[in-house]
Amino acid sequence: MRLRLERTPLGILALAAAGGLFFVLPLLGLLVRAPWPAAVSELTAPANLVSLQLSLLTSLSATALALVFGVPLAWVNARLDFPGRNLLRALVTLPMVLPPVVGGVALLLAFGRRGLLGPALAGLGIHLPFTTAGAVLAETFVAMPFLVVTVEAGLRSLDARFEDAARTLGAGRWYVLRRVTLPALLPSLLAGAVLCWARALGEFGATITFAGNFPGRTQTLPLAVYLELETSPDAAIMLSLALLLVSLLVLVGLRQRWLGAA
Amino acid sequence: MSLSARVGVQLGTLDLDLELEVADGELLAVLGPNGAGKTTLLRALAGLLPLQRGRVVLDGTVYEDVERGLRLAPERRACGVVFQDYLLFPHLSALENVAFGLRSRGVGRREARSRAAGWLERVGLGELVGARPAELSGGQAQRVALARALVTDPRLLLLDEPLSALDASLRPEVRRELVRHLAQFGGTRLVVTHDPLEAAALATRLLVVEQGRLVQSGTAAEVTAHPRSRYVADLVGVNLVRGQASGGVVRLAAGGSVAVADSIDGDVFAVIHPRAVALHRSRPEGTPRNVWQGEAAGVDLLGDRARVRVEGDLSLVAEVTPAAVAELALAAGGPVWMSVKATEVTVYAA
Repeated sequence: MRLRLERTPLGILALAAAGGLFFVLPLLGLLVRAPWPAAVSELTAPANLVSLQLSLLTSLSATALALVFGVPLAWVNARLDFPGRNLLRALVTLPMVLPPVVGGVALLLAFGRRGLLGPALAGLGIHLPFTTAGAVLAETFVAMPFLVVTVEAGLRSLDARFEDAARTLGAGRWYVLRRVTLPALLPSLLAGAVLCWARALGEFGATITFAGNFPGRTQTLPLAVYLELETSPDAAIMLSLALLLVSLLVLVGLRQRWLGAA
Repeated sequence: MSLSARVGVQLGTLDLDLELEVADGELLAVLGPNGAGKTTLLRALAGLLPLQRGRVVLDGTVYEDVERGLRLAPERRACGVVFQDYLLFPHLSALENVAFGLRSRGVGRREARSRAAGWLERVGLGELVGARPAELSGGQAQRVALARALVTDPRLLLLDEPLSALDASLRPEVRRELVRHLAQFGGTRLVVTHDPLEAAALATRLLVVEQGRLVQSGTAAEVTAHPRSRYVADLVGVNLVRGQASGGVVRLAAGGSVAVADSIDGDVFAVIHPRAVALHRSRPEGTPRNVWQGEAAGVDLLGDRARVRVEGDLSLVAEVTPAAVAELALAAGGPVWMSVKATEVTVYAA
């Protein structure tokens, strides 16, 4: 450690310190400005509790959806060779770099009243935009890529010969999946699901565009933070801190348990 | 009742085309260098790799027949496989590993567990039922893998390099154990290995495979007595050349000739034992009919003997005493003469 420090140019150290500070300062700002005496009452204000509850519901639902559809997608991407696979992989990960607002607009054009599937869905009595289901959909759209990418990497690093061994022991495809593949994939599944959930919890742009900002229906925590910054900044700060804490816990936990802290 | 197969598979640079018959209850060893296609052969027999040509028939049941478009999935074949590094499921205990094949075939949990425990007992691991694979030694893992493969009463047992994952110091004992356990299983068995000792210890009949093709077959004694490839010759530690024999002289394909005492004619192999090769710094006088010139290219000391590689028109390995190496300064390289008596050359039809 000492030797490495000696070898590091001072300029690097200074710039690294500035870079680190850039991330620490905003956090510090939140902590300093937080209305600590009123912390509990701000967090447990009825409106905030509603947002919190809604956020938990929508982010967990989005994670569940991402698991149901994302794991098979990861499987297909990792294990099958078909024309257009690279395109599919690019499309699946697109929401990771796409501005979420654009995602929201695209969702409107697909599932909105006048979108591609809108009339068909309306015929079935399903209205997605500006509903809680719509918020779930928006969060899934933005967060699922994190799960797909993580699980796909997990599947690629899996030794497929264990599955071969299972097949020679009389196991059909589903049995192999259930008893061999999924247990071996568990760390990637957990990491992917947690990342996906954290991303869904913090989703803002796609949600507000596609689902709007209706308290109790589509106003999740990030939306409430944005709104209350105008009306009651103290509440906004406390909610921000709550979100930040969750994200930090997720990242630290993932690093130590699954991503290998070394 | 037996295994009868012709396996044709093209995989990368490997072009595997092998025909093999294993009698009921026989243990056949397939011996070959790395990359010869041995593991590919096992995977194809187990159904993990589709055939491109040929067929696999076990005990009269057609497992695969390319011409007839027939193919049975691996899980529907009565094949037990012991993989090279055993591939025990790391998240399951030894007992659950062994019970896996029973559970996957619909045997109830309790019965599967008690039968698995019985097998672990048979391979001497009754006390390790709860151990995870990571807690087992190499030899123990191998026995668990064997029990796992045998618990479902397969009609064909396939073993891929069963000893290569073990430390060299453990191999003799584990080999003895394996011979004992394999003897208890009366079914058709096929073991692939690159280790001739392993092949000879486990099996009565060997197939030697190189680059996807059968090179030689027979008992270990037959194969080592009459090597038919450089690979086997190297394993046995003899010099092997091939050429056209007529009138007591073998003309080599690569040029040069070897005088022999046998009166055989036609395409032949000639084996020259390194002990029969004498080395000289100047052209020898006397009776040897075979005298070749070459360059000393390297010396390996093997206890009280030394093996000297001589390269030339005819490259041979000579076995001499360390004293001779010193006296002739062979380690320094330079030109040497090799002499071999015609009576020391063994010749047989190719």
